[in-house]
Amino acid sequence: MSSDARSIRASYPLGFHKPDKSVFRTPKGISREVVEAISYYKNEPEWMRRFRLQALMMFEQKMMPTWGADLSGINFDDIYYYVSPADRKFRTWDEVPEEIKDTYEKIGIPEAERAYLAGVGAQYDSEVVYHSLKRQWEEQGVIFVDTDTAVQKYPDLVREYFGTVIPISDNKFAALNSAVWSGGSFVYVPKGVHVEIPLQAYFRINAANMGQFERTLIIADEGSYVHYVEGCTAPIYTTDSLHAAVVEIVVKKGARVRYTTMQNWSSNVYNLVTKRMLIEEDGFGEWIDGNLGSKVTMKYPSVILNGRGAKGEILSLAFAGKGQHQDAGGKAIHLAPDTTSTITSKSVSLQGGRSSYRGMVKIINGAKGSKSFVRCDALLLDEISRSDTYPTNIVNEQDVTLGHEASVSKVGEQQLFYLMSRGLSEAQATSLIVNGFIEPIVKELPLEYAAELNQLINLSMEGAIG
Amino acid sequence: MKDMLEIKNLHVSTADGTKDILHGVSLVIKKGEKHAIMGPNGGGKSTLAQVLMGHPGYTVTKGSIILNGTDITDMPPDQRAKLGLFLGFQYPVEVAGVNFANFLRMCVNEQKAEGEKKVSPIAFRNQLAEQAKKLGFSDELAKRSLNQDFSGGEKKKAEILQLAMLKPQFAILDEPDSGLDVDALRYIANALNSLEHPMGLLLITHYQRILAYVKPDFVHVVKGGKIVASGGPELAEKVEQSGYENLA
Repeated sequence: MSSDARSIRASYPLGFHKPDKSVFRTPKGISREVVEAISYYKNEPEWMRRFRLQALMMFEQKMMPTWGADLSGINFDDIYYYVSPADRKFRTWDEVPEEIKDTYEKIGIPEAERAYLAGVGAQYDSEVVYHSLKRQWEEQGVIFVDTDTAVQKYPDLVREYFGTVIPISDNKFAALNSAVWSGGSFVYVPKGVHVEIPLQAYFRINAANMGQFERTLIIADEGSYVHYVEGCTAPIYTTDSLHAAVVEIVVKKGARVRYTTMQNWSSNVYNLVTKRMLIEEDGFGEWIDGNLGSKVTMKYPSVILNGRGAKGEILSLAFAGKGQHQDAGGKAIHLAPDTTSTITSKSVSLQGGRSSYRGMVKIINGAKGSKSFVRCDALLLDEISRSDTYPTNIVNEQDVTLGHEASVSKVGEQQLFYLMSRGLSEAQATSLIVNGFIEPIVKELPLEYAAELNQLINLSMEGAIG
Repeated sequence: MKDMLEIKNLHVSTADGTKDILHGVSLVIKKGEKHAIMGPNGGGKSTLAQVLMGHPGYTVTKGSIILNGTDITDMPPDQRAKLGLFLGFQYPVEVAGVNFANFLRMCVNEQKAEGEKKVSPIAFRNQLAEQAKKLGFSDELAKRSLNQDFSGGEKKKAEILQLAMLKPQFAILDEPDSGLDVDALRYIANALNSLEHPMGLLLITHYQRILAYVKPDFVHVVKGGKIVASGGPELAEKVEQSGYENLA
């Protein structure tokens, strides 16, 4: 960092500077001061500070999306944009709603993890496992740290890629994240390195990753492979009402990245996430994206196929219950010849929930021989729930193959009767049908997620049908 | 009464009340007996099968169904199943993504009494493979999704396999022979005959040809929502020769 930058910071006249390094929180609302304070508190290099400030300007200029879900309930002035990890106010176990505790119990979340998921503070002690894995990764030259640490330790690498896949101007919430981000993961996999064990497990319970505005950047260098897994099927209880994350992934020539997310935010949360992969020649990028909870989710994992033979695959799963709107899908942008994309979306709506598939396939002129296939299936469990499909295809090249299939089905009387005639209750029968419907996606999930998801669906069917 | 399925003066209409289908059907099936119901299309055979199992699309307007002394007329299908009733479907329903063996194990466990030991996945797979072999079926069916992409014959076989594993006290088989060629028909019939557990059977068929293999003790003809004739196996032969026309 230049001495200039340091002196600017030292003299920075903010009223709410940190009284102690370990305790810091910006006041409610967003402003230049708030953004400056975050950067100052984190002792960031000048380029990151500028990046944040530019992003703030962009956030202020950008309109709220006029399409998609209803976001009128978001009040930007009523949000804390930064709370240092040491200052997070942990609630007591008694304050956690019974419903959430009950779910943990029923889906069999280990005791030690429950408190953490419910925000009761206790840091789950997975250090032992983590350290041995960490040593393995380090020997391979893999970098796997939280993004704040990466900015300090690997500034050149971060700076080269940060904001290149998702520019600050992309959308209002990506701009907001860019201005106030904290936490998230930074992963770098060197050329030819295959990370055999998915980067996950302990992450399920890592504080830095569950922030409101986390920022993840993954770079898979040529010929490398990594599977990154985040989130969990168990409900995350939070009183923060806005979650606006950004995930950027660079898949270099011949590399392969698989990114699996399973999110189950509590039903007060607006979950607005921008995630995108830039895939180079012969690279392969996969998104597996599951959305179970929240009040509103808007999330469309994207693949930009930027080199000949690049391949992208998106599996999206949405589960919309009472009072929820899951607006999810995927985007594939074909910029080079012989590129391939597949988008598979499965949504389940019940108890008045609403799910929308929103997707885009764009093939530019010159991307000859490209192929894209989109399949979206919706399952409605009752008459009051809703499902919509909003596909967009923009194809400016003749020599392409494009397929789209969509289906909406209802859990039918005949199916229920058949299953019940074998002795299964209505709730069991419905769970079977739902689990069967999402099976093509669930089979791609890590085993423990799949098992929890299954339990969770059984639970919600019991609740829905009684 | 124990070991008995009693159908008493059953009157049935569609659930929306727009159409009356059965007009007073009475029938008693004892455990160990084989009854065949024959009759022309649209006469009410399949409706009877569905109503006995509790299909929500129909309403019993009069009469009752008594299973082993318990009135099951208003029970949902799962409770009837737990009391020992089984319906083999004419058109088994496809359920995507649900593994046949897992599904069937769930059903078998569901029918076990409270506190009774549940069968483990591995033990069940073995039992299922053994049963499939006994019936002369390939247990390859067990690995697939429930009825999905099964051929007509495979669906019928899978119903019999379910019957064999669930071991109900009374089974209603709704046209287990429809859509099958002669070889497949003989195959299904042989499988049915090889079932060892004692039960009462109500076999619904449009044609008498399956009755050459599965010999009924009693034959009934259902026409116009009523049983118009009852008798022994000779009734099936009579129908064979002179059709349903001459039966009142």
